[in-house]
Formats: sequence, structure tokens, C-alpha cells
Amino acid sequence: MSKKLKWRGLIVLVVLVIALIYLLPSLSTTLPAWWPNILPEDKIHLGLDLKGGMHLILEVQVQKAVESHLERMVEDIKQSLRKAKIRYQELKRSGPDRIELILLRREDIKAVEEMASDTFSDMSVEIGSLSEGLPRVELILSQQAQHHIKKMAVDQAVETITNRIDQFGVTEPDIRPQGMDRILVQLPGIKDTQRAIDLLGKTAQLEFKLVDEENSVEEALKGTIPPGDEILYQMKGEAGYQTKIPFLLKKRAVLTGEYLTDARVQIDSQYNEPYVSLTFDSRGARLFEQITGANIKKRLAIVLDNVVNSAPVIQDRIAGGRAQITGRFTMEEAKDLAIVLRAGALPAPVKIIEERTVGPSLGKDSIDKGLKATLIGGLIVILFMAFYYKFAGILADLALLLNMVLIGAGLAFFGATLTLPGIAGVILIIGMAVDANVLIFERIREELRLGKTPRAAVDGGYSKALSTVLDANITTLIAALVLFQFGTGPVKGFAVTLSIGIIASLFTAIVITRLIFDYLIIERGWRKISI
Amino acid sequence: MEFIKPDIHINFVGLRKIGYLVSGALIAITFVLLIARGGPNYGVDFAGGVLIQVRFNQQVTTHEIRDALRAIAMGDSFIQRFGEKDESEYLIRVSRGDIELSGLDKEVNQALNSAFGEQNVEVRRVEMVGPKIGKDLTEKALFAIFYAMLFMVIYISGRFEYKWTVSIIMAASLAFGAYIVASVGLSVLWLIAVALLITIGMCWFLKLEYALGAIIALFHDVIITMGAFALTDREITLPIVAALLTIVGYSLNDTIVVFDRIRENFRRYRGRNLPELINRSINETLSRTVLTSVTTLIVVVCLFILGGGVIHDFAFALLIGVIVGTYSSIFVASPILLLWSGTQWEAGGAQSKRRGKKR
Repeated sequence: MSKKLKWRGLIVLVVLVIALIYLLPSLSTTLPAWWPNILPEDKIHLGLDLKGGMHLILEVQVQKAVESHLERMVEDIKQSLRKAKIRYQELKRSGPDRIELILLRREDIKAVEEMASDTFSDMSVEIGSLSEGLPRVELILSQQAQHHIKKMAVDQAVETITNRIDQFGVTEPDIRPQGMDRILVQLPGIKDTQRAIDLLGKTAQLEFKLVDEENSVEEALKGTIPPGDEILYQMKGEAGYQTKIPFLLKKRAVLTGEYLTDARVQIDSQYNEPYVSLTFDSRGARLFEQITGANIKKRLAIVLDNVVNSAPVIQDRIAGGRAQITGRFTMEEAKDLAIVLRAGALPAPVKIIEERTVGPSLGKDSIDKGLKATLIGGLIVILFMAFYYKFAGILADLALLLNMVLIGAGLAFFGATLTLPGIAGVILIIGMAVDANVLIFERIREELRLGKTPRAAVDGGYSKALSTVLDANITTLIAALVLFQFGTGPVKGFAVTLSIGIIASLFTAIVITRLIFDYLIIERGWRKISI
Repeated sequence: MEFIKPDIHINFVGLRKIGYLVSGALIAITFVLLIARGGPNYGVDFAGGVLIQVRFNQQVTTHEIRDALRAIAMGDSFIQRFGEKDESEYLIRVSRGDIELSGLDKEVNQALNSAFGEQNVEVRRVEMVGPKIGKDLTEKALFAIFYAMLFMVIYISGRFEYKWTVSIIMAASLAFGAYIVASVGLSVLWLIAVALLITIGMCWFLKLEYALGAIIALFHDVIITMGAFALTDREITLPIVAALLTIVGYSLNDTIVVFDRIRENFRRYRGRNLPELINRSINETLSRTVLTSVTTLIVVVCLFILGGGVIHDFAFALLIGVIVGTYSSIFVASPILLLWSGTQWEAGGAQSKRRGKKR
């Protein structure tokens, strides 16, 4: 065998062996035990549209995180003002990025400025117009600090959601931040999608707030809410027939979910109903003991995401740092509540802005139908080629089969995801891959018609068709690469199979079929080729 | 075996007037359809909304579903039969701009459950796209179209004309145009329109006849495919945009093969007139054109018939695209080369016909 031919044969062989090694884990269910130690064992990933599952994009309401940061700042500033003995008329958050402070004396403005630059360095002080004759100061949170808070909120939300999903139990979830304020969540194979949505979407902000026993709810409902108070509701009854019971609460939470170390579902022995028992850390336990001790015979409301869960009367000082959330929970609800409380609250509420769910039966249908279309389409093309080009057609068919192997191996090698449009891409490639061979074969036929020898015809055919084959494939490759860059999920899968398929078909058409032709003509001395 | 005999000689250039007429009519119908419908029929990916695919274990009519949805004030939803005839499967598209989209699928599910019984209803697919995401996806899709156009134009003008300097000028002017559009704050749709005008203008000005022919042909294909979608009341979704870009690739592929041959023959038979060269080239490549179209059509038809409901529209787009793409590379792209100095070639064309007879 000529040296050149030998080298080309070797290259083809190496490529095919590597391809088979990458493809095998996806095809075989039982690999030999030594395989994973030295060889790749990754299977081709299936997209959610084939496997079934849920794709969500959550938007973190980062502005809310900034606002609640400012609310906390108000408390801190209040303490600092008290320490510095600066008296004021009003202190409140007055905008998305600012706190308004109305002082009693003009001379205090300077003191506030000093305090801000010492203690609250990420806030700038702006002196505003007088408010009913009193000096008004605005403390504005810097852009940089806002940005930082937003970023932290997204990071923390990703962590919290990952925790929740881990505890819920989903195999191979994919949770990651996307852009400035979004989180991508992919949950393959999940069945109870509604439960997952509830689990993810809950802010799970647990707060303990004292009921304002001095003022009446009725008065407050008429519009005059005492300063420092708020009205929150308790929901009673079945879904659809709920009644709302108003509570007048002190706005400031005396204790929050931050101090929790554990939350577990337990069964009430008396009514046989599940409830969630909470355990506080030592600081939380101390706080809880202080609060209960100081407010005996008053009511303490347990508030979850601004809804009153219950407001039991404090009978005695409670030591030991334990509390419980009761309610008419189903077992599942209690379990999920325990999960979200354990995983911690989201730093800001999230909103679902995109949801795509594919049921497992539809995914399976899609795979079955996609495979059927591929097999039948492929078979017709194979028969057609063999019929039209005789022996050369069979070569093209061989190239086509190797092409499929290379696409599968390529998907496994790049860790790409096969989606339903991806399968369509494979089918399309079957039709288009033979194109390269058709171009070449038609040229060879033309050369043969001119009376050239088989060897000269094959040489001429390949060299003349080459530039056309390349041109034609590069344009499709451009379209595929652009799609890959801009596409999402399923479309990306299409772009991947199309790109890999084009490159593979160039290799099989230009290198592999050529090699076989050359071998038969040069080595075996074929005088005639059936084409 | 041969479908097309090697000595075939069809006077495609002579038929080009019919081609222009057919293409012109199809494009006109597309525009009339699109204007009558107030633009393309965008799916939830772009318009936002909720799409729910439900399978019932019993035969259910559109009417009964509508009644069930009326209970939750969604009686005006779009309900469409889906998938195979013997299956009772439906697509329900809810679009109510005034309410929160998330949780809507749950409501619909509950309404269907209470109307038909929980065991008879299976929600197989839910797609909810909020307005913000819809806007993002639209922008992404349009950018994809813009960049595909940009790179193809650069490639074609460089490769066809062997004038890479020209293609750099082309790219630079496109980038400049894009910059102007962006700085004025116009939308991506304008960006594409401007890019198209710049491209055609530059091709005309720089006498890039091959590039112009290819670009007109591919827009021709995409527009007519859009028309087929409007005619059959199909929605434009993300995968459809992917299909359209694939059609762009395929259409160019076909055109390039013919153009390559024209260029080759142009060098070989120097002095012959262009209409004759074009005719000769189309005829020489006709066997390949038909064969590739046939194999591609085989697989696309298989996908269309057997691929299942989810991929049906995608396959439909490819089907129309392949047919129109093949037609356009013969009847649209190549004759456009003649537009340059039309009358001059017209005379030559008449000569060539006579010469052809003599032979």
C-alpha cells in the first residue's frame, strides 16, 4: 500500500475509534468495570423537552432587597441618633434609595453629616428644603452599595434555592444566576411541578411580631394606624372560601427566621396533625426568652411572608429556644414549610417570569417519534442512494452511518445536550450529508462521460467539487453558529447537532469515501467504478 | 440511474419572466396576508402568555373545553386540536394581559379537572413566558437574524467575488449602519431593515451581482415561508426562527452550487454571452440540485409526518423552505445576474437561442 494512503487510513481509523469510545457509554447500559477509570463515561445529555422536567426563570426583586436594607438602616440610624443625643421629628425611608430625616435644630445637620461619614460611609447626605420650618436631611445610598446589595441578593437567592431543591430531592438540578437579576432553574424529571413552584417561590420570611394590645384593630382599619404599627391578616378556611382576620401588629419584628437552626415536621399527638417545630440558636433563644418574659399575657404573632400564621397568648417565659408553627397543614405542606424554613429566607421576593414544563410522557413520545422519523427517513435515503449510485451510493451510505456515529460522539465529547429540535437537526443532516457526496459523484460522472479513466475521474471529481462542497457547508455552518450564540435551550441543541453534523459530513465525504475510492482504484486496480 | 439526462437543455433564462411573475405573486400574497392579519402570528415565546398542552382520556370538543374555561373567565382563550386525529389532545393558549401569568396554568388545570374529572386530564406541557422574557427573546431572535445576515453577506461578497477588501468595506458599512441605528435608539427590527437596505445598496453600487442574487434569493425564500405560515395560521416561535435561519443556510447552499458553476463556465468559455452561460450552468448542476432536494425532502417529509406534534411546525417550515429554496436558486438567483445590463444581454440571449438551434 502506498505510504500516503496508509497514513490517511490510519487517521480515519483513529478518529473512528475515538468516536466509538465516546459513543459507547450512551449506547450500552453495562460498561466493564475498568472502563470509567481510563475512558470517558459521560452519556449524551438529554434536554428537558425529551427527558421531561421543568425550566424556570426567576426574577429576583432586587429593588426590594435594597428597600429592606434601607429599613434596617433606619433602625441603625435611630440608635446612632439616640447615642449622639440628636433629636429629630421624623426618620423614615422616603424613596427607593433614600432615608428622610427631619431634625428639630439646624445645628444638628453638621452632626448628622459627621455621623454619616463616620458610621454610614456608603450613604451621602443631602440637605433638602425645609419641612414646615424644620431642617430636612436626606441620606442617599450610593450606587455602588445598591449594586452590591443587589448582587448579594441574587447570590444568596441562588444559594437558598439550591438548598431548598437539594432538600426537596431532585436529581441533577441546574440552578445558576443569569444576567443582573435572574436565576435559571432546571429541574429534570420533576413530576409535581406545582409543589416545586410553591417551594421555590416562597420568600419564607419568618417573623415574630407583638400584637398591639393598646389600640383596637377596628379603629386602625378605619384608616388611623398608630405609628409603628401595621395591619396583617390571617387566612382561615379552605381555599376559595377564605376569610381574612385582621391583626394590628407592632411593625418591628422582635425575632426572625435568621435565628433558626432547625425546623422539623412533627405530629401532634392529640389531633394527629402535622406541625413544624422550630429550634433557635443561642442568641435567638435568649431573645425569645426575654420577649416572652416581658410580654406575658400578651399575644405574639407568628408571621410568614406577611401573613399571620397564628397569634397565641404568651402564658409564661419560654426558655430553651423552641417554638412551633401549627395550622391545618397536610403532611406535604408541613414538610415543604420545614424545608423552606431550614433553607432560610430569600433575601428578596422572586417572581417566575418564564416557565416551561414538559411532562415525562410527552418527552418519551417525542423521543419515540423523533427516532422513528430518523430511522425511516434515513432508511429511505440509504436505499435511494444505493439505487441511484449503485456501488458509490453504498459508499455514501457508509459515510452517512459513520456520520451518525460522529454526531453522537461529538455530542458526548462536548457535553452538549440533545433536544427535540436537535433530533430534527440530525434528520436534516441525513438529507444534507449526502449532498456533499452527490456533488462529488455528479462531478465524477461528468468526468467519466468525458472519457477519463476512473482514477483521473475520481481525482478530478473530488478536486473540482471540493470548493463547492466547502462553500455550501460553510454557509449552513454560519447559520448554525449564529443560532448557537443567540439560541436558548432547545434551539441551541439544534445548532449543536447541525454544526457537529456539518463538520462530520465534510470529514466523511471528503476523507472517508475518497480513501475507499483510492484504495479500490490504486491498490486493487479497479478499472471500472459503478457510480 | 439518472433522473436528469446529461444532455438536458432547458432554457431557464427564457423562463425567467414566468419565474418573476410566480415569485412576485407569492411575495405579494404574503404581504397581503401579513397586513390583513396585522403582522406575523407570534407564539408565546415572543408575544408572552401561557400555552398549555392537554391530553384527555375521552373525546372532548373545543366547545366543552371553552365551557370549562368560562368558569374561570378564560372562555376567550385560543383552543386548537393538536397531534394525531385519534387522540384527544389540545393546545390552549391563554392570553390575558391584565393578570399575573404564573399560576395561570394551575387555574386552567383545576378548571379542566373539575369539568372532566381529574383522571381524564393530563397536562403534558406548559409554556409560560412573561412579557419581559418575551421582549428579550424577540430581541435575541432579531439579533440572530441580523448577525446571520451580516456574516453571510461578508462571506458571500468575499467568496463569490474574490474581493475580500470589498467584503471588509461591506462589513464596515454594515457595522456603521448598525451603530447609527443603535445610537438613534431604534429597535432591532429597524436595524435589520437598515442592514438589508445597506446590503442591497452596496451590492448594487459595488457591482457585486452574485452576492445580490444570493441575498435576494434568500430573502425571497424566508418571506414566502412566512407567507405559508400566515396562510396556514401557524405561530412563529423560537424553533421556527431557527428553521428560518436554517432555510437561509440551505437556500444559500443551493445558490452557491449554481453560482460556482457559472463562475467556472465563465472562465472556461470566455466570450460566450451570459444568458447562455447561465443556462448551461443551471442545466449542468440540475441533476445535483434535484437529487439533493429529493434526499432533503425525504427526511423533512418523514419529520413532518412522523415527528409528532411538537416538531410539526418546525418541519413544515423546513419543508416549504427546501422547496422554495430549490426553486429560487434556479429561477430567482441566477436570472438576477442578468439584471445588470439587461438590454445588452437580451440581444445576446436572442443570438444564443439561434446558435443553439443551429448546433
